[in-house]
Amino acid sequence: MIRLRALLVKEFIQMKRDNITLAMMVMMPIAQLLVFGFAINTDVKHLKTVVFDQSLSAESRDLLTGFTASEYFDIKYVVSSFEAVNQKIESGDAKVGIIIPPDLSANLKHSRATPIQVIVDASDSTSASSAIATAQSVGQLKSQELLLAQKGISASAASLYNIRIRAWYNQDFITAYYMVPGIMGIILTMTMVMIMAMAIVRERETGTLEQLIVTPLKTYELMIGKIIPYIIIGYMQATIALIVGIAVFNLPIRGSIGLLYGLTSFFIMASLTLGVLISSLAKTQMQAMQMSFFIFMPSILLSGFIFPRDAMPTLFYALGQLLPLTYYLEILRGIILKGNSITLLWGQIFALVIFIAATLGLAIKKFSKTLD
Amino acid sequence: MINIIEVTKSFGSVMAIDNLSLHIQKGEILGLVGPDGAGKSTLIRIMIGLLAKSSGHIDVLGSTNIESVKNKMGYVPQKFSLYQDLTVMENITLIGSLYGIEKQKIQQISQEILTFTGLWQFKNRLAGKLSGGMKQKLALAAGLMHKPAVFFLDEPTTGVDPVARREFWQLLYNLNKEGMTIVVATPYMDEAELCHRVAFINLGQLISCQTPAQFIVAYPHQILELSVESKHINHHIKDCYLLDLHSFGNKYHIVTNDIDRTRTDIEQKLTQQKIPILKLQKIKPSLEDVFVLFTAQGGA
Repeated sequence: MIRLRALLVKEFIQMKRDNITLAMMVMMPIAQLLVFGFAINTDVKHLKTVVFDQSLSAESRDLLTGFTASEYFDIKYVVSSFEAVNQKIESGDAKVGIIIPPDLSANLKHSRATPIQVIVDASDSTSASSAIATAQSVGQLKSQELLLAQKGISASAASLYNIRIRAWYNQDFITAYYMVPGIMGIILTMTMVMIMAMAIVRERETGTLEQLIVTPLKTYELMIGKIIPYIIIGYMQATIALIVGIAVFNLPIRGSIGLLYGLTSFFIMASLTLGVLISSLAKTQMQAMQMSFFIFMPSILLSGFIFPRDAMPTLFYALGQLLPLTYYLEILRGIILKGNSITLLWGQIFALVIFIAATLGLAIKKFSKTLD
Repeated sequence: MINIIEVTKSFGSVMAIDNLSLHIQKGEILGLVGPDGAGKSTLIRIMIGLLAKSSGHIDVLGSTNIESVKNKMGYVPQKFSLYQDLTVMENITLIGSLYGIEKQKIQQISQEILTFTGLWQFKNRLAGKLSGGMKQKLALAAGLMHKPAVFFLDEPTTGVDPVARREFWQLLYNLNKEGMTIVVATPYMDEAELCHRVAFINLGQLISCQTPAQFIVAYPHQILELSVESKHINHHIKDCYLLDLHSFGNKYHIVTNDIDRTRTDIEQKLTQQKIPILKLQKIKPSLEDVFVLFTAQGGA
């Protein structure tokens, strides 16, 4: 106990003196949440659009109104040649080009189909897919209106299938609701894994580990002494993230906040043990940092933070299952957005416990109390 | 005190310690001497349990399980290895506590030790802000907190000024007088001469272990010391009858096995070249001459 307490005192004194790192750990959740929360918006509206209307008729104006009314397309340029359309899209001034053929009115009168060309800059796939989907539904809607009008039926009476969609847990599709818990998980992964790994490797690099090893200090005491201070840091970051989420993004906490805090400990432990494992493999702080980044990338891409896991190929789905963040995101979104109770989260808890046991076992095995 | 019998340590294909046997006696100051990379640090690290031996037998204070006698051993590593962002007192308290010493007792011991090492007035200074000599004294103080029976120091005075070095050795002598066994690796021959016994190590092997006086008596050749005003006279006298030639500024140590023949030869050569000889006389070989000889033999 004397030894463990001395180690903890030392860690806290060092933390207190390292103002920059401490400030980083506090500021990071705030800065990241604000940046990601506001900037990442998967719902892309108001795409700049260039129009080449060869018909210049009442019908073509009606169709274009349909496009602008969807709010997805802002007609910024009206041009009078194909070349001009190409030029606007190539230069990036416009993301979408709409080309209406000269024979639109004539075709409509004879109920002939008219090809309306919509060119989409798909180099940004998110905005492209929302533009394509919207353009298609605008086309269908307009066709339906016209057909019904020709038959003298009013549009509202025409829908025989009335599909009512209810989006649960996030009715208004607020991206921040989905993103904030995700960012909270990402921040914890980044700081916990990297800071833990660096902290131990730094002691090895500066030689202070040598000084610790020659004392009768036990390996487990050394590990506990290193881990406990960072559990506190982890909880501090989680709290800051939640406060920012609630205060800035009106994040609803539908489940028990106590449960959220309780289960967060499993994730913090999992990340810290992963950091310890990295530290036992890395020889230098540089290597520790690189290995940590090797964990971050899949954590961001495969955990379901941005991309839905259900759509992933089997291999990548399986890889995602090896990441603690995958389970923590399910816990976070489950509790925060769905109000899940613990009965629905046992699977995730179990997975995290397995992960902790496996990494800690490996780390202790690798971390012999000698230098070689 | 410490028995090392046929110990071997290899790092991959490199033999750092090669079948080395050495007995360290209670109460002595043993110097480990040898060129860089000879295996001095590795040997110390094996003795204190920082490295595991590859083969052989080692017992320290009667125990082969080094972990069990760690609280009876002290260590000052080659590189300053305490926390630069902690103060002198915080470092001392940390190391003391890691040896399981109670808080009240630490206060008493630390005052004693910091006064002894002359660090008491700097007790609230960050270790990173201490001079090189003071850092080494702090490392020494930290290693002494638990009053070890045997104290290992790995080149403790490297990069420390001569005055601080002398003070440091005075501290070691005082500790030794109280009965502490001291094992010290050093690259300095003047320090080696201060040890009771010197173990000369080269390429991971023990070449010889005896008192400094015995080393000098056993030196097989004779030394002529030559002083001249001009430098760079190596090429003038290298064809004379001699075994080896080492320059120390404008002094030369000439190794020979026939003093008179070499002396006349050199006098002749330098007179021809019109180089005045300030001094040319036989001197007692120093430990440095012994060191040079052993290192040359090992490399051959």
